[in-house]
Amino acid sequence: MKQSIRIGTGSGWWGDRISPAAELAKHGQLDYLCFETMAEATISAAQVRARRDTNFAGYDTYLEDRLTAVLPACLANGTKIISNQGWINPDAAAAKAIEILRQLGATGIKVAAVNGSLITERVLGLTDTILENGQPTQTLADTLISAEVYLGAEPIVRALAHGADIVFTGRVADPSLFLAPVMHAFGWDPLDHNRLAQGSAVGHLLECGAQVTGGYFVDPGFKDIERPWDLGFPIAEVYQDGSCVITKLAGTGGCVTLQTVKEQMLYEVHDPAHYLTPDVTVDFTTAKIELVGPDRVRVSGVSGKPRSPTLKVSMGCQEGFVGEDMFFYAGPGALRRAEIAKTVLLERFKIVDLQSDDLRIDFLGLNAIHGLATPSDAPEPYEVAVRVAARTRTRAQAEKVGREVDGMAVSGIAHTGKRVPFQDRVREVIGIWSSLVARDAVQATVTISES
Amino acid sequence: MRVKLQRLAHTRSGDKGNTSNIAVFAFEPLFFPVLREQLTAERFKAFYNGAITGQVIRYEVTNIDAFNFVCEGALGGGVSRNLGLDNYGKALSSAILGFELDVPDDWGGLLRGPVSDFVRW
Repeated sequence: MKQSIRIGTGSGWWGDRISPAAELAKHGQLDYLCFETMAEATISAAQVRARRDTNFAGYDTYLEDRLTAVLPACLANGTKIISNQGWINPDAAAAKAIEILRQLGATGIKVAAVNGSLITERVLGLTDTILENGQPTQTLADTLISAEVYLGAEPIVRALAHGADIVFTGRVADPSLFLAPVMHAFGWDPLDHNRLAQGSAVGHLLECGAQVTGGYFVDPGFKDIERPWDLGFPIAEVYQDGSCVITKLAGTGGCVTLQTVKEQMLYEVHDPAHYLTPDVTVDFTTAKIELVGPDRVRVSGVSGKPRSPTLKVSMGCQEGFVGEDMFFYAGPGALRRAEIAKTVLLERFKIVDLQSDDLRIDFLGLNAIHGLATPSDAPEPYEVAVRVAARTRTRAQAEKVGREVDGMAVSGIAHTGKRVPFQDRVREVIGIWSSLVARDAVQATVTISES
Repeated sequence: MRVKLQRLAHTRSGDKGNTSNIAVFAFEPLFFPVLREQLTAERFKAFYNGAITGQVIRYEVTNIDAFNFVCEGALGGGVSRNLGLDNYGKALSSAILGFELDVPDDWGGLLRGPVSDFVRW
């Protein structure tokens, strides 16, 4: 058995850069390269798209770009790939990978598809209560688009045990994608909660890519880094006891410091002593972090508690539409013109009887980002965008927002800057609700094909 | 002397549903007790002036000199429903950098960054 393994992040979200993954595949001396490509609404959005667009394959829209960029080096270096790019169709993702492998002349490569996360048809029978509002999940019956369980590392470990070189999953908890290869490499017991907690911490630190190597970090004068335009993606060297060193490729921009690791450790965490994953409950409050070299931070001492008997299920529902648009003012008196423009719009919305559940008119440049938290003494901006958004039940209501902003062009206020509408000003809202499902109600399956 | 939080700590926010967690990390262990005393959950919520509609829970994470403020109702109903431009609230963590605290006068050399002023934060 190896004393340690090296895991790299290939993507921290769907839209992430691709070239840092290619660099890692080439030079990272990796055992595993893991891709995380999903947000909360990814599956539901994919379901909606699949209904409308029969050509949509149901997996990560960048799957081909990502695989093409990393596969030659991964094959040459014996690096295995673990990825949640399967979205609503892991089988199709696997088939696509096999097609690309054959084009590259690579035969005998095993590609696994992990299914079982999607439980849309039976979710209402398996769940009771919506966690966010305490209502019965049955109240979602009419609007439900998709329900998916957050699977853990176990089915991926099974795929690796069957010799898979590449694994595609649907919904899997993000840290589990990275924990799985550690469990497989070191033969960890799935109930060894202290070890699994350490492996999950590794996954948590890696799952957002550059957010641990200097991304989402620079604040000039307070937190400066080298070459923020060329961030290296992270590598974890993981040891048998579960401790790890977080690092990155030499020569890339960014940094791995105590600060970057601390910030990522608490990212999207609520109670730091009880970070719930399908595999284990992680306690970050016992972690020890040390700078052990340039761009090398050692993380040890993360502890765990036994996993919960339930799994989280995420349910995406149709909840109407958002209409939005913006227009602009600049120069002396810009804010005064923006304010009267806001009054004009509010009156216009009464005249056209806009029916909305929520409406916001913000001044971008002053208060559109921090909203009510904007200090009352914030300085007046030289330029300001008036940004309008309304949430509505119907598309027709949402379209009123853009149509009334159109009216500001020739019927509005002096010096109104307008853009030609270049994008759809209405989007669908897929509301996300959560519930819990018994662990044994969900059986993941692993299918392996060969190139 | 009175200084903005940005001179004592760095911050990062993350989203889950309609809840934003805004973590505050002391630049020096020495700063941690000052943050504990002055940056309470109540003051944190009040500073956001209505932008956080639910409760704020503060978790102490002493091993990394940090506090995690879990802010319910900070994301306009959740990422997909949020009418704000920054749906995920990834910029929410910068607002609290303007929170003011009293620190000993002789800390001047330890504080981070340039002295901020009104025109250029």
